[in-house]
Amino acid sequence: MARVEFREDRCKGCGLCVEVCPKHIVAMRCDVLNAKGFHPAGVEAMDQCIGCAFCAIMCPDEVIQVEK
Amino acid sequence: MALVYQRTCGLLDVPFHYCPGCTHGIVHKLVAEVLCELGLLDGAIGVSSVGCTYNNYEYFACDMQQAAHGRAPAVATGIKRVLPDATVFTYQGDGDLAAIGTAEIVHAAARGERITTVFVNNAIYGMTSGQMAPTTLVGQVTTTSPYGRDAATQGFPINVSEMLATLRGAVYVERVSVTSVKGIRAAKKAIRKAFLVQRKGLGFSFVEVLSTCPTNWGLSPVESLKWVDTAMQEQYPLGVFKGADLEVEP
Repeated sequence: MARVEFREDRCKGCGLCVEVCPKHIVAMRCDVLNAKGFHPAGVEAMDQCIGCAFCAIMCPDEVIQVEK
Repeated sequence: MALVYQRTCGLLDVPFHYCPGCTHGIVHKLVAEVLCELGLLDGAIGVSSVGCTYNNYEYFACDMQQAAHGRAPAVATGIKRVLPDATVFTYQGDGDLAAIGTAEIVHAAARGERITTVFVNNAIYGMTSGQMAPTTLVGQVTTTSPYGRDAATQGFPINVSEMLATLRGAVYVERVSVTSVKGIRAAKKAIRKAFLVQRKGLGFSFVEVLSTCPTNWGLSPVESLKWVDTAMQEQYPLGVFKGADLEVEP
């Protein structure tokens, strides 16, 4: 059981987290715009998250925090 | 549930001004995490350079000083000599360190100053909108080399790590990249070792980090990582150029 928390307002939509997720459950949320005007990243299927924190390690903007 | 990844105490809770996908943010995190984990944050003094990182004193949760363009190693030298117990580091880009600041970095290394330099190399002048840097690859298109860098008229890229490794005062020199989780872990290990070399008073320590500039390269952030792994690493191979066998872990 793991949980990933995204600070959406900090996300710049670069997509590096999407690229490194081994479970392919991180995606850009094309239906959402944050205050900066980017589509932020988010997790689609949290129940499949293994808590590896790859997304958080790769994020250049300290958006992501991971609990396991 | 326990936190397996949390934001580091070494950075202030301020949004970075860097472009989307710029790996400066990752390098900032690594430096901050290492300072926190080694318990050096309170006694650390960083020197900001000129370039995209000109205002990173807004981000690090330690004392910082802004230096004139390229002069960060000279300023860091002064700080370290006045405050020898402080952990002093410079954070410089290639436009700062490998161009206007070449003399300062070479002589700081030659003198064996007990400082640590984190050198972020993205093969272009990022802040001034993508002109050719001394580190630009042969054939690379920039705004001032629109047909690609021509070695016949514009010369060859400078491999700073290899150059500094020839100096006796430089005791630890490594080149890393932050294009994958594995690479980021290796980069953190290198930065940790560089700070420990300084704490042991062994001499000058230097970590070059191959970084991206998606905006000025004209690539997406993910394509930029791949470009570092292919084109850039061909010119700038990763590895330890000096001090591989140093034992510094406490």
